[in-house]
Amino acid sequence: MQFIHTFFSLYKEGFANLKLGKTLWKIVLLKLLIMLVVFKFFFFNTTLHSHFLDDTARSNYVLDNLIKETP
Amino acid sequence: MNELASVDWSRAQFALTAIYHFLFVPLTLGLSFIIAIMETLYIKTGDAHWKKITQFWMSLFAINFAIGVATGLIMEFEFGTNWANYSWFVGDIFGAPLAIEGILAFFMESTFFAVMFFGWNKVSPKFHLLSTWLVAIGSNLSAFWILVANGWMQYPVGMHFNPATARNEMENFFDVALSPVAVIKFLHTVASGYVIGALFVVGISAWFLLKKKELLFAKRSMVVGATFGLITSLFLAFSGDESAYQVTQHQPAKLAAMEGLYKGESRAGLIAFGILNPNKKLGDNEPEFLGDIEIPYMLSLLGHRHVDAFVAGLEDLVYGNPLHNIPSASERIANGKIALQALSDFREAKKMGDAPKMRENEAILQTHMKDFGYGYFEKPEQIIPPIALSFYSFHIMVSLGMWFIALFALVLFYILKRDITRYPLVLYAALWSIPLGYIAAEAGWIVAEVGRQPWAIQDLMPTHIAATHLGGGNVALSFTLFAILFTVLLIAEIKIMLRQISKGFEGGH
Repeated sequence: MQFIHTFFSLYKEGFANLKLGKTLWKIVLLKLLIMLVVFKFFFFNTTLHSHFLDDTARSNYVLDNLIKETP
Repeated sequence: MNELASVDWSRAQFALTAIYHFLFVPLTLGLSFIIAIMETLYIKTGDAHWKKITQFWMSLFAINFAIGVATGLIMEFEFGTNWANYSWFVGDIFGAPLAIEGILAFFMESTFFAVMFFGWNKVSPKFHLLSTWLVAIGSNLSAFWILVANGWMQYPVGMHFNPATARNEMENFFDVALSPVAVIKFLHTVASGYVIGALFVVGISAWFLLKKKELLFAKRSMVVGATFGLITSLFLAFSGDESAYQVTQHQPAKLAAMEGLYKGESRAGLIAFGILNPNKKLGDNEPEFLGDIEIPYMLSLLGHRHVDAFVAGLEDLVYGNPLHNIPSASERIANGKIALQALSDFREAKKMGDAPKMRENEAILQTHMKDFGYGYFEKPEQIIPPIALSFYSFHIMVSLGMWFIALFALVLFYILKRDITRYPLVLYAALWSIPLGYIAAEAGWIVAEVGRQPWAIQDLMPTHIAATHLGGGNVALSFTLFAILFTVLLIAEIKIMLRQISKGFEGGH
């Protein structure tokens, strides 16, 4: 119990007393927002997993690409 | 956008992301250990100055970590969208190390990172020290798994290609994780991070000494940084030697490009310095260099551990050399086409439910699998990597590596045996060597990644086959946005760091 309390207060007081860390956290959160929202949704929104329903379809897509590219 | 342009933009985007990501990573790898050493000195001596020194460098470590964290995430997005053929083809071989890396990075680093920064007065000094060491070890372990994945691309082992799923399946985890290419890649890459960390500490300490500020703190930091730097830069040279040996064994075209070696030779010399002849073409009689300085026998020794050994040149690899049992690229292309045809026939047989035909074609495929990727080429000359970029990057990296050994030895001598503040040239050299560390590290990655072209996976998958264009977004536009985002992050890092450095060791962290 004591350990959990110490562990929790470590984070609580640590975040409450941030100085330089405040600026750094703002940068981290803004960066994550840009990456996970803007980039992920607008530029990297399609993967084999989102584009095809099952592994058979994914395999077929890649096999098509592997075979059709033969010169 | 045509197909070729799409591949090129995807490559440019990946290169940009990787280069920017690797501006942040090496300092984390190196500085974390230097901080741990400084804190150990604090615990051993009880001297409060060491605590302030540790906290100062820890604040700079935090800035670098915060700005750099998750920049590698974008590469994972790129794998999924721009390199989907590749991502599927590598299967769980790539997934397993990356998953281990993610779990390690998240749990180990984030837990002990909090203790390291928030726990100064909350946990015992020894537990705090343990946390600092665990952050350093955790960061380096994360790097290990990433480099295992990269090592497999350079030297694919421990797997079996399943033609029914188009995936490589892991047969032996230890063959993948402990492949000699992966292990030496890890050691060489983290060593470059240690040297960058040391250059950073020595360079910034030099700045304080030039400004005649914080002399005690700066001198102590410099002793730790230069000692760590000298040991790790020597190790960097040793691991670089072993890395070149592995390249010779498994990626001979890369080595030939790194050395501008067109015609293979026994007792081959190492080019210490050279200017490539831009008019040189494969198979002609033009000289390779406009001017060069060669160290006799060294390339044979480096590549095969024997001064008399034959080192294959680009012409041997393209046209073959029966005397030295080197097959021509044309033979390998023919093998690759057999493998590809077998894959196609296997698929047809599977559709027809013809089991004997499937087995027959799978056997043909596996027999020729080692040359599978060659089947995508039309001309043997296509197997040659970009020579000039590989050659100059390699020589810049090696020259700078030698300079770092000399610099650390020089700094250590002057700080221990002389009053270093009276030697501003040495201090300026240390200060201006900070960017050189990054240039050397990025040049090293260019050698590793450009030198292995045209392959995404050595001998199995060429880069243009690895690429896809699944996403709806424009790659050129996302490239531009990345460039802007990363440049803003870099400027932010430098500005925040300079502000923090100017506060000095007692400026509050």
